[in-house]
Amino acid sequence: MTQISRDDVLHLAQLSSLQLADDEIDGLQADIANILGYVEQLGELNTDGVEPTYQVTDLENVWRDDKVIDYDISREQLLALSPESTNNAVKVPKVL
Amino acid sequence: MVKISDFTPTSAVENIQRAIEKAKANEEYHALLSLTEERALERAKQVEAGEITGKLAGVPFVVKDNFLAFGAPTTAASKMLENFSAPLQSTAVEKLEAEGAICIGKANLDAFAHGGSTENSAFGPTKNAIDTTRVAGGSSGGSAVVTALDIVPFALGTDTGGSIRQPASFNGVVGVKPTYGTVSRYGVVAMASSTDTIGCMTTNVEDAELVMGIMAGRDERDMTTLLDFFVSSEVKPTQKIGLIKEFMTGDVDEDVRARTLEYAEKLRAAGHEVNEVSLPIVKHTLAMYYIIVPAEISSNLARYDGIRYGHRAEGVKTLAELYGKTRDEGFLTENKRRIMIGSYVLSSGFFDAYYQQAQKARTLLVNEFNELFSQYDALLGPVAPTPAFKLGENTEDPIKMYLADIMTVPASLAGLPALSIPAGQSETGLPIGIQLIGQRRSDAALFALVSSLEEK
Repeated sequence: MTQISRDDVLHLAQLSSLQLADDEIDGLQADIANILGYVEQLGELNTDGVEPTYQVTDLENVWRDDKVIDYDISREQLLALSPESTNNAVKVPKVL
Repeated sequence: MVKISDFTPTSAVENIQRAIEKAKANEEYHALLSLTEERALERAKQVEAGEITGKLAGVPFVVKDNFLAFGAPTTAASKMLENFSAPLQSTAVEKLEAEGAICIGKANLDAFAHGGSTENSAFGPTKNAIDTTRVAGGSSGGSAVVTALDIVPFALGTDTGGSIRQPASFNGVVGVKPTYGTVSRYGVVAMASSTDTIGCMTTNVEDAELVMGIMAGRDERDMTTLLDFFVSSEVKPTQKIGLIKEFMTGDVDEDVRARTLEYAEKLRAAGHEVNEVSLPIVKHTLAMYYIIVPAEISSNLARYDGIRYGHRAEGVKTLAELYGKTRDEGFLTENKRRIMIGSYVLSSGFFDAYYQQAQKARTLLVNEFNELFSQYDALLGPVAPTPAFKLGENTEDPIKMYLADIMTVPASLAGLPALSIPAGQSETGLPIGIQLIGQRRSDAALFALVSSLEEK
């Protein structure tokens, strides 16, 4: 059974850009351990020499013309979706 | 039950008004998150004036609220997108509108389509159309319920691991999960890109085929779409159908097994051969699914960062805090669980043992299906191990909830088309559906097979 510590949960939360509330961490710790415990059964399967299947489209190298497609959406419409914008730019808090 | 052919363009306004009234009268089910009343009535007037024509002129429909559509926000049943009004429409909706169909509202779902009961909606659960103490199924629960309540003749859903088929089964309507790549995913909130499909719920198979035929086809905005293959097919008079043994074990509800066996008899009576077949790897498919899908979710949901659209947390000082708090507030626990599992199985040190191993196991699944399809035209089984369960019954235990998908995920991982067809009821009157799975691009043949049985 996979052991998942509280620190593991915090690490996964950090990797996932999730700032978890304290009361959510315990529940997630148990759930994640249970789910990983369940999916570990795949270790029983012999997959030596088996190629992975990442997609099931049966398509390969789909090309299209390198041309501009007009999506009929203006810059103003897109900026209006942003919670905060100024001077034709999306505004975010300080990075550094 | 209502059919598409019940709706004529000449009475479009009256029909749309009636559908909207009916939706309002059934608010207790909480199947809809919003109505697009103003836009719908505007379009109905245009249909009556002959300005909008087409195969679906004046026919009302509902979209699951993870399709970008005008007239109401696209919330994905999440706080993250609660106020998101899309600047464009999904290709599926555009194609239906081009044929004159009229969207009247947007249906409830598990937030970001993560769930199997529509209890994970940030705005409260949808109730089953037949028994309001039970779940609608999910994640396209609202779409199934509005169809079952006869509010609209069809509703759109998405099916990543069973999200159309299972709620269709729980509410007694037809549900279509097409071959992967049949309908463009452009403008639909992404969950797991390698298994996400767009389909519909209807009250009969003919309508389902009509709607799928309109939505299908190549779209330059989704390069995984297949070239047109979706043309009506004649039913092959004698087909070989495989009844999947692993779906008929003692763990499966007795009524569900009984209805499935009756459907097998119906196929035999129509001249088809039904034999028991085995898909041994099926017992591992849920494990594959709950590695591959969270991995794709963790990547697809990285875009919800509070910067360009959607919810943004307040009172934060740094960009990292903004991401973390926005995502904490915008996602439900099930969303977080899946994102974090995805981060785990993709992280270095675990990638080979989990993600890579699951994708190799997926190859074994595809191979087992291919082998069966070298001898069989279609495969038969139930849609879900039980009829609709009680509200709250599985919410405390994620794995128990995931097990409701055990019969639907195999076709999803292999990209196969599958139909969920009403096949009667349990002793207590709950709907039960059967599933027919075909090989890739055999969607029309599956429709033809089921239609031929309905005529008899």
